[in-house]
Amino acid sequence: MAEINAKVLIVGGGPGGYVAAIRAGQLGLDVALVEQGGREGGLGGTCLNVGCIPSKAIIHAAEAFHHARQQASAKSPFGLSVERPALDFARTVEWKDGIVGRLTSGVGALLKRYKVKIVHGRATMVDGKTCRVDTDTGPETVRAEHVVLATGSEAASLPSLPFGGRIISSTEALSLPAVPERLVVVGAGYIGLELGMAFAKLGAKVTVVEAEERLLPAYDSELTRPVARRLRALGIEVLTGARAAGLSDAGDALRVSSQGAAMREIAADKVLVATGRRARTAGLGLDRLDLTMNGAFVAIDERCATSMLNVWAVGDLTGEPMLAHRAMAQGAMVAEIIAGQRRVFDAVAIPAVCFTDPEIVTVGLSPDAARAAGHDVHVGTFPFAANGRALTLGAEDGLVRVTARADNHLVLGIAAVGAGVSELSSAFALALEMGARLEDIAGTIHAHPTLGEAFHEASLRALGEALHI
Amino acid sequence: MGTRIVKMPDVGEGVAEAEVVEWHVKVGQSVLEDQVLAAVMTDKATVEIPSPVAGTVVALGGEVGSVLAVGSELVRLEVAGGGTEEVAAAPKQAAAAPESPSPAPASKSAAPTPAPAAEPAPRAAPRPPAEPVPPQPVTPGPRPAIAKPIASPAVRRRARDAGVDLRQVRGSGPAGRIGHEDLDAFLRGSAGAATGGGKVANTAVETVKMVGLRRRIAQKMAESKRRIAHFSYVEEVDVTAVEELRAALNAQHKSDDRPRLTLMPFLMQALVRAIADFPGMNALYDDEAETIERHGGVHIGIATQTPAGLMVPVVRHCEARGLWDFAAEVRRLAEAARHGTATRAELGGSTITITSLGALGGIVTTPVINRPEVAIVGVNRQVVRPVWQGGQFVPRTMMNLSSSFDHRVIDGYDAAQFVQRLKSLLEAPATLFIEA
Repeated sequence: MAEINAKVLIVGGGPGGYVAAIRAGQLGLDVALVEQGGREGGLGGTCLNVGCIPSKAIIHAAEAFHHARQQASAKSPFGLSVERPALDFARTVEWKDGIVGRLTSGVGALLKRYKVKIVHGRATMVDGKTCRVDTDTGPETVRAEHVVLATGSEAASLPSLPFGGRIISSTEALSLPAVPERLVVVGAGYIGLELGMAFAKLGAKVTVVEAEERLLPAYDSELTRPVARRLRALGIEVLTGARAAGLSDAGDALRVSSQGAAMREIAADKVLVATGRRARTAGLGLDRLDLTMNGAFVAIDERCATSMLNVWAVGDLTGEPMLAHRAMAQGAMVAEIIAGQRRVFDAVAIPAVCFTDPEIVTVGLSPDAARAAGHDVHVGTFPFAANGRALTLGAEDGLVRVTARADNHLVLGIAAVGAGVSELSSAFALALEMGARLEDIAGTIHAHPTLGEAFHEASLRALGEALHI
Repeated sequence: MGTRIVKMPDVGEGVAEAEVVEWHVKVGQSVLEDQVLAAVMTDKATVEIPSPVAGTVVALGGEVGSVLAVGSELVRLEVAGGGTEEVAAAPKQAAAAPESPSPAPASKSAAPTPAPAAEPAPRAAPRPPAEPVPPQPVTPGPRPAIAKPIASPAVRRRARDAGVDLRQVRGSGPAGRIGHEDLDAFLRGSAGAATGGGKVANTAVETVKMVGLRRRIAQKMAESKRRIAHFSYVEEVDVTAVEELRAALNAQHKSDDRPRLTLMPFLMQALVRAIADFPGMNALYDDEAETIERHGGVHIGIATQTPAGLMVPVVRHCEARGLWDFAAEVRRLAEAARHGTATRAELGGSTITITSLGALGGIVTTPVINRPEVAIVGVNRQVVRPVWQGGQFVPRTMMNLSSSFDHRVIDGYDAAQFVQRLKSLLEAPATLFIEA
């Protein structure tokens, strides 16, 4: 059995793992990275292969096609007309796969540049320093002083809807051979709505089934209202307070029960289950380690240290928020800690973006959360309907909202909903990390005409000084 | 209100349980996040356990002396918010293991500044002035407690690299924001040096991991100091006669292949003779089993400086050896230790230890006992001094012996008698070799 010795062993090549590997390599550490590959990943993990990146590609193509069709139906407000647009979906998927390929090979090249030993195979922890990897050429043993667990998460199925056949997860939804005629999405969280809206734009008849009473339960209604309006405009039916009970006997419809209503069957060519993701902890030999768990997740402290000395964990494995950029920040930090630097995860906020139509971005606290934390707050909102740039883009639905402490005007949270607002997340996060007060944003000249002016105006409004409303 | 259970954290590799050696909190007391709850001891180190959250102590997991398993309840806290949660506290840092150099002003010294829940910076008026505020004089010192200091990521990182807890830094910016200049001022202040003459405070902190022999030495020394009630006894010895004898013997055997004699073989011979009268000094004390093993064989450990650190090779069965035998064996073992070729057996099993720094021996030392032994004899520097003898000053070669004893098992009276016996043996070297 081949044996590899390294200073750092990283289990998992997703955003948390590969960033940890690159950073550790930059710092001169000897790194081995185990990646199991397969349908759910490869280098780049869920994010690059079956998550963030491919979904955004599909969403972009869907929007382009939808836009063209709108114009073909003479709905263009500025008088553009288009003759019968058509989409070759196979080429859309091919284009998406090309992007994924470019990015994953880029990750591979970076790892190579920093001399990371990549072991392809399935890892099983033997103890806190040793890992067995089943590779194509037989088992190998990797021994290391430090172990970074970065195994990520996977789509969770529902007991009534096990994956297979018509029932698919987001992974399969991103590689469908053709646009399904009728798609039922179970779960109105961000994954379900992003993909549901994209497939509606591609021509599918989409129905969304959500057990909670409202869609995007993680966001407040001020932010979700424009999304709800858009869902209606796209002809997507959203059933809230409804539970998916399983496929019909014929297997071509989803049975849905809601309180006080008869069981209903919704015809479906595909049923996309997007009710959540669970930490990938099974089959890794983690039970052989003495890891304290935090529910289904590996418990970590502010340095991403687990309950075992020199065993670290980053990313989705460690719980919510399951976001690639959180995993990357954790991975880089752990590498620096292993290299002897003093670091703790002390970010003020982790931005979260929902690539629905329109997009939602949140950073820091919502007004309600800030009040619940005991703060007296000033809240300023500014609608895109009063923003020149939004009007010229034909995207006036949405707003920017700034929440600040009433006593010293320290900004506690910023949120926005609107077309393209995901790009505002950098400005929002920077403001929070730098400890900006409302006056700092108010005193920063924002370029005209841009959507970012709404951020400026929302801050002015929180100060009672708004100019354009 | 909810309940939070703080569990005994994993305090180190392979440690399954730890003994509570001190409670820093009482039932009913309110604690802040990071406030030390308890000190616990493992077989390797004593570790302070800080509270992961703020709250009120509802129950303690045991009394001082209780041995708690890792993962069992250490402290039960009542905290704001609902639900019962279990959290493993993170061990602070081993008080004994010097693996992390204590960050300069941050940790303990300034921590107990209770700043009784002062309102966060009332300087910020509800309607902050529009005109620029004149820069306020920046004085280092604790500012009113704020949950999280407001500072940019760059400032936070610099502070962490310099080992500064930003909660101790006063922020001069709006809303108490800490800028680079605030950190600079704090670092200048804590460096305690006037920064005139173009001198700049060096804030570099190098973290050196304690590994291998250094780590073992640290553990052994700390363990010895913690467990043993040391006392030291220093006596002056006139070594003129033994030095003359040594010089004569060396001159006599100049041409044969016998090793050159140092004072060490004479001291070892003196120890063997003195131990015959004081067998309690040549003993191992097992403080857990509470037994004392008195050894017939005198196995003398010789504290030896090596490139890797302190080692103690052992000359076994000194009661059966002679003067040149001592010299040869000491030289062989010292070389083996320095070259890293000493075997495990040669580095263990001593029953009493001699430590000598030769010319660096100083006037007095306070040697640390090589646990589980009960005595160690330290040799200080020789010096020729005028001594009042027979109505006049005469030049005599004088040397101090600084010895430490385990007061748990050796009384001061016996230790003094033992050292006096060594002194009289060395001052009349013939008695070293006369079979009584």
